[in-house]
Amino acid sequence: MPDSVLWAVDLFGRVYTLSTAGQYWELCKDTQLEFKRVSAATQCCWGIACDHQVYVYVCASDVPIRRREEAYENQRWNPVGGFCEKLLPSDRWPWSDVSGLQHRPLDGVALPSLHWEWESDWYVDENFGGEPTEKGGWTYAIDFPATYTRDKKWNSCVRRRRWIRYRRYKSRDSWAKIPSKDDPKQLPDPFNDLSVGGWEITDEPVGRLSVWAVSLQGKVWYREDVSHPNPEGSSWSLMDTPAEAAQISCGPHDLLWVTLWEGQALVREGISRNNPKGSSWSVVEPPTSENGIMHVSVGVAVVWAITKDRKVWFRRGVNSHNPCGTSWIEMVGEMTMVNVGLNDQVWGISCDDRAMYFRQGVTPSELSGKTWKAIVAGRESDRSHSGSSLSLLSAGCFFGDEVRGSGESCAPSDTDASSDAERPGPDQPVPAESLDCPGDPKGSSASGPGTSRTTEHPVEVASPATQTPRPEPRPGPASTPAEVPWTNIDLKEPKKTPSHPVAGLPETTGLSSLEVLPLGLEEPYGADDHPLWAWVSGGGCAVEAHSVLKWFSVQLGLSPSVQTLSLSITPAQTAAWRKQIFQQLTERTKRELENFRHYEQAVEQSVWVKTGTLQWWCNWKPHKWVDVRVALEQFTGHDGARDSILFIYYVVHEEKKYIHVFLNEVTALVPVLNEAKHSFALYTPERTRQRWPVRLAAATEQDMNDWLALLSLSCCESRKVHGRPSPQAIWSITCKGDIFVSEPSPDLEDPVHPLPCDQMFWRQVGGHLRVVEANSRGVVWGIGYDHTAWVYTGGYGGGCFQGLASSSSNIYTQSDVKSVYIYENQRWNPVTGYTSRGLPTDRYMWSDATGLQECTKASTKPPSLQWSWVSDWSIDFSVPGGTDQEGWQYASDFPASYHGYKTMKDFVRRRCWARKCKLVTSGPWLEVAPIALGDVSIIPESPGASGNGHSVALWAVSDKGDVLCRLGVSELNPAGSSWLHVGTDQPFASISIGACYQVWAVARDGSAFYRGSVSPSQPAGDCWYHIPSPPKQRLKQVSVGQTAVYALDENGNLWYRQGVTPSYPQGSSWEHVSNNVRRVSVGPLDQVWVIANKVQGSHSLSRGTVCHRTGVQPHEPKGQGWDYGIGGGWDHISIRANATRAPRSASLETAGERSGEQGLPSGPAQVAGALQESLGPICC
Amino acid sequence: MHYPIGLLFDLLASSSALPWNITVHFKSFPEKDLLHCPSKDAIEAHFMSCVKEADALKHKSQVINEMQKKDHKQLWMGLQNDRFDQFWAINRKLMEYPAEENGFRYIPFRIYQTTTERPFIQKLFRPVAADGQLHTLGDLLKEVCPSALAPEDGEKKNQVMIHGIEPMLETPLQWLSEHLSYPDNFLHISIIPQPTD
Repeated sequence: MPDSVLWAVDLFGRVYTLSTAGQYWELCKDTQLEFKRVSAATQCCWGIACDHQVYVYVCASDVPIRRREEAYENQRWNPVGGFCEKLLPSDRWPWSDVSGLQHRPLDGVALPSLHWEWESDWYVDENFGGEPTEKGGWTYAIDFPATYTRDKKWNSCVRRRRWIRYRRYKSRDSWAKIPSKDDPKQLPDPFNDLSVGGWEITDEPVGRLSVWAVSLQGKVWYREDVSHPNPEGSSWSLMDTPAEAAQISCGPHDLLWVTLWEGQALVREGISRNNPKGSSWSVVEPPTSENGIMHVSVGVAVVWAITKDRKVWFRRGVNSHNPCGTSWIEMVGEMTMVNVGLNDQVWGISCDDRAMYFRQGVTPSELSGKTWKAIVAGRESDRSHSGSSLSLLSAGCFFGDEVRGSGESCAPSDTDASSDAERPGPDQPVPAESLDCPGDPKGSSASGPGTSRTTEHPVEVASPATQTPRPEPRPGPASTPAEVPWTNIDLKEPKKTPSHPVAGLPETTGLSSLEVLPLGLEEPYGADDHPLWAWVSGGGCAVEAHSVLKWFSVQLGLSPSVQTLSLSITPAQTAAWRKQIFQQLTERTKRELENFRHYEQAVEQSVWVKTGTLQWWCNWKPHKWVDVRVALEQFTGHDGARDSILFIYYVVHEEKKYIHVFLNEVTALVPVLNEAKHSFALYTPERTRQRWPVRLAAATEQDMNDWLALLSLSCCESRKVHGRPSPQAIWSITCKGDIFVSEPSPDLEDPVHPLPCDQMFWRQVGGHLRVVEANSRGVVWGIGYDHTAWVYTGGYGGGCFQGLASSSSNIYTQSDVKSVYIYENQRWNPVTGYTSRGLPTDRYMWSDATGLQECTKASTKPPSLQWSWVSDWSIDFSVPGGTDQEGWQYASDFPASYHGYKTMKDFVRRRCWARKCKLVTSGPWLEVAPIALGDVSIIPESPGASGNGHSVALWAVSDKGDVLCRLGVSELNPAGSSWLHVGTDQPFASISIGACYQVWAVARDGSAFYRGSVSPSQPAGDCWYHIPSPPKQRLKQVSVGQTAVYALDENGNLWYRQGVTPSYPQGSSWEHVSNNVRRVSVGPLDQVWVIANKVQGSHSLSRGTVCHRTGVQPHEPKGQGWDYGIGGGWDHISIRANATRAPRSASLETAGERSGEQGLPSGPAQVAGALQESLGPICC
Repeated sequence: MHYPIGLLFDLLASSSALPWNITVHFKSFPEKDLLHCPSKDAIEAHFMSCVKEADALKHKSQVINEMQKKDHKQLWMGLQNDRFDQFWAINRKLMEYPAEENGFRYIPFRIYQTTTERPFIQKLFRPVAADGQLHTLGDLLKEVCPSALAPEDGEKKNQVMIHGIEPMLETPLQWLSEHLSYPDNFLHISIIPQPTD
């Protein structure tokens, strides 16, 4: 799970963030302003500053926010000058927008605000509908407006071309002022409250947000057009309200509540995808009439409120259909405000001490949570921020401390300096110094120690025992050292002089002076020095119900036990006894075992048997599950090698029979989980060829996992495969997201007689992915179904593999989210229009995509028991073909092609419903946050070139279609450091980098591109070259090996790029290689592996089969045929790490010997050629 | 009383030369001193009862009772077949404790001395003191077997052995229990006289 942050404002208006992975509050990077309110979303935060202006803070990301501006240049042909800018009077502008109706000269296109900058100058777009145009980018037509074509014809009287220019949002990681809505004719009406939400209403445009604000006069405003590509929005719209509003809260989905000055709440009704502003208001009365509602905060399905008596209330029964809920429940605690964040988690700021609390135990089934738990995280900003600037200061302070022993006068200046450094920015309140003086007597007496004390102090800090800070090491009067921190607290109250607007300041200055004294060492704040909070926003903070947060643990002094008790603490102390035990055990082993190695094993061979009851998918027709007894017999030879046989005992016609499988012949064990059965398939080379594995099912998931783990371990043992996969390993993924890895044998790519790929042994690695890509330096990346990027950690096991089958480290929790789709079908009849009553011959009115299976909302279950629902059913508007406003697609009949608008001929319609489900598993994967990916490619290292120091080139396409280049990737740091954005004129879909830094990519419109001049020194290259696609085909994937370039189109055709040479890397033309291909992977030896769509075996058909292109030779790069390997539900393969060339000399030698026997001429080239022809008889 | 063989070695033969020569008797079983295990099942039952006793101390038997029969079987089969992974897959659960606690309820331990008639010392002892401090091996011995410890100034007369090694007395007891327990989940501690040489 990626880290996300909680935003908060303290009493001084400073904005802090607290990461879900961190334990310190970090000061917001832009500290120029002080804020009253903040409201956060995942990628940005909106706020109202003390100047009552609205600001938006867009978090930095490696991918820029860029928008395209375009203008069209129109020309008409005339007999005199040919095509020229002289148009007919009735024509459009010479420079116009796409419609031609608006005048749009290039120099008239301005940046929308100060926060944008141009990326480059205007240039001509030479890409026309996925195909390159002639130089100049002109498209021709008979007249305006008409259909434009690439080619100039005799009747082409007009032409136009598109100019494009990108602008980029530059005010990232800083507060960008949003122009005020004030009409100069009216009195200013500053904003009073603001709330951001609505990101779950729709995905279009990307990152759309609802930003609502309330002004001092009680008016409600809505910011139009706020989205990821347009973070500032465009304008403020006034919303009508029945009464004056005081405060507003907008949930992630369709909840919007407003509090009124009179104490009631207004609830917005009718918020939907098509109408994010909603349609009407309804009123909710406060819980008690005497105490009106003062503050309200809403989530997806919850509403929390605070009444004027500071009591906290939870609204029962709130959901999309009933946004008003049913009744109020009083909760424990007195708060000044509460805020509902992601996953309906709740934060509050308490009344009496302004401390921040987190509502613990909020789960989908228990939305009101269990208890308030104080967040006691310290402020790292003070520490690290002052860390650099204070490193000098603190040293000075320390010495100053000694000097100060003689006089008290230095003390104020000291604290002043520290507070200065702590709070940079122009608007630091001046009274710090004057305020400090009255409170200082104690502080300065505290800082008047003898020199002995101060010299002793650093020693103590350095000792590991003070990792948990105790009050003692703090400098103080020698007489009462332990009292110092407490004195400090006592000071807090009297110091809150009413004459001062900022009440808590003395505390922070006192605190900072304390912080400086321990030499800036890592000593977190005391729990008592907690910051005073004014506002909190959890809209960007994703806390899962089960996640562990480190926010609650810095409880100094109060319970030191908490820290000393956990055994991992005080490493120095543990080291001694732990080291000693380890050392003694090593010595003991040496003493007791090593000298007796030559003793023979007392027991030479052991047989170990595990038996159980499973179900078996029987071989005979009708195929069905039958109960069987199974036994795994494991023998240990005297050399310690283990071998196993699996027996399956079944009864047929009252006759007892059995089948057996030698586990050293098993090539893959594949879990096949579905709604009902916990089953797995067991493959041998024979059964792979038949396309008919042994299928076994267990009664429970646990039982299946036990068997799977045990069988898998036994297979690995008998093949002596253990530990992490080698850097050359071949990775693949099934359609269920299970990850398999195979160790390539050296003869796998033997040009003469390669290992048949049905003999490859695949073992499973924990985790769940959709895409995996590897290279021979051990860098492996994966992409989940939810587009999360993952990097391989070097572990093995995880998932259902425990114990010895799993590495003890490098295994982490991994989660994935995917959607399940069902279709609602309707037929039109003349009386009632479209209804869910179909013809008797029609498909189910609720069905799957094919219409063959009935799938209702209630009966549809997650794909397997590993998955659980995480959302409700919602209409999917992003289906191909488009939809109308309600998500319907129309057609003349089922099944047919659907379109997103209704015509006279349409008698049926359907719409797609989606529901998200989530799986949590574990595996050797770590998330590469925060950018979600669609495709990734790692440079295949050419044999022999590995490890030559430079970083590993890795390219990716984000889920939004941005092309990215990863910097800093190496064996030691496979995750790399940051993304470099590579600009494109359209969203991309697939990318691949070859061994010589040839980067090829496929855009979403199916066109191919080559990136020029990519090299280690210029990792992002310089420009894109548009490569025409094969005729009438839209490409969808590309893979580049050493030199070979293969592409795959949407109809499953595999194409080879002909004519690629070092001097002309773009090649000349596409040549068809094969059809029936789903995915292609070209490796560093230019070996070609694919996933085939359908492969017929002797017993059944398998969809999704790993295939190896045979006969690929330098002089025959397209190869000759396919060798079929493991299959049945395979989705993805990456061969790109396998640079293991067959031991050439050896194979040639043996070939030479053999051919010699046959009396064929010798000489390497001829031998190879001759062998090709005589390959059959020799090999088989 | 049946002792684990490692304990017997620590207790009786730790100073003897290796390999350890064992005399196996096939007749005249000392019925008076030892309970006769008539079958393999009896040994299994004895082993399981030890595990259960240990879990009663550690978790009020909650963990062992939540396990299925199958798991109990796996524990025994793993031990019997010398399959550590099989054994540990189950035993791991017995070594866990709730996150909000700081250790087991009581540490299952037995202290054996060659010098006394008493077979062993077993008492209730918590891994964590009332003030939150972790108890160490030294704390345990001070409490239940002070004679094993060397006096403040005196010379060391005894060795405190677990699994053939002498852990430092500062070692937290909870850690020892998690990492140096025997398969029966007990910490078997031998107190043997310091070798004179």
